[in-house]
Amino acid sequence: MIWQFDLIILVFLVITAIISLQVKDLLAASMIYGVYSFLMCLLWAGMAAVDVAFTEAAVGAGVSSVFLIATVFRTSRRSSD
Amino acid sequence: MKSLALISVVITGWLLLSAVGDFPYWGDPNSPANSYRLSQHFVTETFHETAVPNMVTAVLADYRGYDTMFETVVIFTAGIAIISILRVFRSDDQVASGQTVYEKRPDLIVDTTCRLMIPIIQLFALYVIAHGHHSPGGGFQGGVIFGASFILIALSRDLQAAHKWVPENRVLNLAGIGILIYAGFGLVAMFLGQNFLDYAILHKVMPATPIEARYHSMLGVEIGVAFTVTAIMYSIYSNLVSKGTMKEGL
Amino acid sequence: MEFFEAISAKFNYWIYVIIMMIGLYAMIAKNNMVKKLIGMSIFQTAIILFYVSIGVKDGATIPILYHDQVHAGHHHDDHGDDAHHGSTDHHDTSHGGDHETDEFGYPTRHAPDVHIDGDGFANPLVHVLMLTAIVVGVSTLGVGLAITQKLHREFGTIEENEIHDLIKSGK
Repeated sequence: MIWQFDLIILVFLVITAIISLQVKDLLAASMIYGVYSFLMCLLWAGMAAVDVAFTEAAVGAGVSSVFLIATVFRTSRRSSD
Repeated sequence: MKSLALISVVITGWLLLSAVGDFPYWGDPNSPANSYRLSQHFVTETFHETAVPNMVTAVLADYRGYDTMFETVVIFTAGIAIISILRVFRSDDQVASGQTVYEKRPDLIVDTTCRLMIPIIQLFALYVIAHGHHSPGGGFQGGVIFGASFILIALSRDLQAAHKWVPENRVLNLAGIGILIYAGFGLVAMFLGQNFLDYAILHKVMPATPIEARYHSMLGVEIGVAFTVTAIMYSIYSNLVSKGTMKEGL
Repeated sequence: MEFFEAISAKFNYWIYVIIMMIGLYAMIAKNNMVKKLIGMSIFQTAIILFYVSIGVKDGATIPILYHDQVHAGHHHDDHGDDAHHGSTDHHDTSHGGDHETDEFGYPTRHAPDVHIDGDGFANPLVHVLMLTAIVVGVSTLGVGLAITQKLHREFGTIEENEIHDLIKSGK
């Protein structure tokens, strides 16, 4: 794959991972985790792993974000750290 | 606690990073993982042995069929675990604390958009399941997309609206039927005198050659996986979103 | 340019370690249960990134055969030699009617005149291992979230230190 793409997506991956763990609002954390999953999906599609990328697009960016949001709405939205 | 965690994480990371120097270069075709003869066999011989152009589907459903079957059982077990942890059967046992009551107003734009989108999503999910031999996709992906369409019904209207299509007992029946379809293919192969999940022998009960029997059995197995994944994805969502009461969603 | 390519030769492995350590730190040090579970998911995807990076081959394509390759074999049985116009890979093999068969008369190899280059496709084995891991990962995430909701039902909070205090003070 094109290494420039690879480099940019990997840097964004680290940034989104840190932000989704640092942000205090859990709803925002869930959404940024969805962004992280989608970036990961792009990376795998570039690495010729299309089946894995497809699964991650459906599961990681789609369903698991919905699960996290459902839990956040049923518990509390604020996080202390 | 935080400094302790930081120290252990830094030590683990340093150990892993010091091992990175020994890894083969990224994209090296002669690295041990890529030049191992099992991987080479999967690349060069899969099409000749099973007639499936998508190697990932062939390895998933045929060569490693035993593994995939019990991964499906793991998903089924996770669904059962969530029900046993969270499900509340008595209606007076609802915990009111933290459970906000959302007033449900039908929204014209959301309702119309979802009404138009959901059939297309379900059709696409069926395409992904059925066309997994020739393109990316298969039972897991198609099942997740199909489950997501039911989740979309529950999100756009209410949990009760989705329950008209998929009541709780029907969901669990579907999940069990999926695993039974998968195990049924293996058991039929066993009764015909071959190993469990050795599909080539199924040409005796199908109008096909042994290679075509492997091809078509993989489709059946993927359909079984899709049943289980669809049902369990919707079951997990409906339990999580209603705190186990199955009364109202988001 | 060579400097950047030297970096990118191992860059994936460095980043996978960094992401994995971010997830591990979150699993240990964060107090919030949902944050811990997000950390667990990040840890999982880091491992999947590692596996997929192992299976990459330079100049290889996705592990699905081309349309030409697939259909060259099918047409060969019907039309003979004029099916070869679309494909360039299999001119070296003998394309006669001498397909091998087993003792019942069934062919042992599908389309034996299709030649597949072993280095032309990415390693499918790691993709299969990780594909099931993703779907099982979302199921375990669901179980974790269910336990989080159960804790919230019991204690009214999802912060780990507050739950510890409540248990110590006898609720």
